[in-house]
Amino acid sequence: MSDVAVETFAIIAKHAKGKTVQMTDKLTDLGVESLDVIEMIMELEEKFDIHIPFNANDTEMKDFQTAGDIVSAIQKLVAAKA
Amino acid sequence: MNQDVNRVVVTGAGVISPIGHTADAYCAALKQGQPGIGPITIPYAEELNQKVVAEVKDYDPAKYLDDRQIAMMDRVSQFAVITAREAIAQAGIDFASGGLSERTATIIGIGVGGQNTHDDQFRRLYKQGTPRVHPLTIPKLMANAPASQISMDRGLRGPAFAIASACASATHAIGVAFHMVRSGAVSCAVTGGAEACITVGTVKGWEAMRVMAPDTCRPFSKDRKGMVLGEGAAAMVLEPLDAAQARGATILGEIVGFGMSADAKELTSPDQNGMLRAIEGALADARLGPSDIQYVNAHGTGTTANDVAETKAIRQAFGAHADKLAVSSTKSMVGHALGASGALEFVAALMAVREGIVPPTIGYLGPDPACDLDYVPNEARSMSVDVALSNSFAFGGLNAVLAIKRYG
Repeated sequence: MSDVAVETFAIIAKHAKGKTVQMTDKLTDLGVESLDVIEMIMELEEKFDIHIPFNANDTEMKDFQTAGDIVSAIQKLVAAKA
Repeated sequence: MNQDVNRVVVTGAGVISPIGHTADAYCAALKQGQPGIGPITIPYAEELNQKVVAEVKDYDPAKYLDDRQIAMMDRVSQFAVITAREAIAQAGIDFASGGLSERTATIIGIGVGGQNTHDDQFRRLYKQGTPRVHPLTIPKLMANAPASQISMDRGLRGPAFAIASACASATHAIGVAFHMVRSGAVSCAVTGGAEACITVGTVKGWEAMRVMAPDTCRPFSKDRKGMVLGEGAAAMVLEPLDAAQARGATILGEIVGFGMSADAKELTSPDQNGMLRAIEGALADARLGPSDIQYVNAHGTGTTANDVAETKAIRQAFGAHADKLAVSSTKSMVGHALGASGALEFVAALMAVREGIVPPTIGYLGPDPACDLDYVPNEARSMSVDVALSNSFAFGGLNAVLAIKRYG
């Protein structure tokens, strides 16, 4: 995994409160609740100095369902910044 | 407490909103389905990702207040005072007569209070590196400032205080004022809610919650993307029916019930059971049954979570009658004015009972399967409304519902 992927994965794992996280795990299955999600997103934005266009009301927001989705979305946003 | 001491009527209403600077202009715009949501124009808006809000546009405080008053008041207090003056003028009530001023309550709902003062002064301090803030920073930003300013401006010397329950503040304020007039604890009340929360800091806070729509507020609609922040104020004069009749006042409507509840559950997620208990509480307080209601002015924020939970709560409270209700969210026009929203929505419900016109939910694109009531999509509706409910459900799980009845 790239450094960005490793660091993103570590932040997701932290919010999963000690659960073992697989790339295919959904945040909801990991017990990451809505307020944890927005805190995690802020942490990722600060870590990588990016803006993540996440809207909790957007049911089409397919990019943020699994740990793998998030890692991939963050990699894209960091790459776009470079 | 004997609940039958007084019937409580509304004899004056004042509004300042994104769609009208008086109650009449606001109601006319509601009937037209006029959108008040648009591009954000505040200073430093370029620092924000959120590009749409519902601002009170073309607002000139000098039209209402002198230089000294303007200097003493945050925008939120200015809105409060302007709307209280309008409501009191419409009521035509003389507080100097018979010591009425000392028996008149001033109860104003506030969500976040003097945010313009807060933001301006803390920007100086933290961003611009100025070592001091304006000497009136504290009295301008304190949450009771709108209630205090109304009390001072109109010489109201009875109980005066702010009520803060986030998005339910104004509904709680009006409800408490209603109960105080009903019980005879006071002879009159000036009540409502005010908010002026469109500042960089506050909008940033809402951005971080990830609940704001990038386009507009479409409550209960398919493809809705969340809430849009608004601002404004509404105030009203409440008095006992017999006092209003004795003065020959025009009666705009009667408040007949008020229900409150707390979810005691989640900080930000709505709970349909809490909502349900507040609706049932308002009906019980009014001694009315579900089939007595024709219109519900919904909390209807346009978020996925609120609109589904509120729909379920209404279905549960009203049973089969839910399909006969008109339910609309005026936040589709004026956005979410937090502590003022319940007062703005109370005036919309008052219009529905008085004029027989139900305001629409604009921006409605079609049904969401999880929101299956009649939301009065996109166009106002002429229909007879005997009793309307006004719902407000706040962050922190605090719920308040008022029941308003047509008079005469």
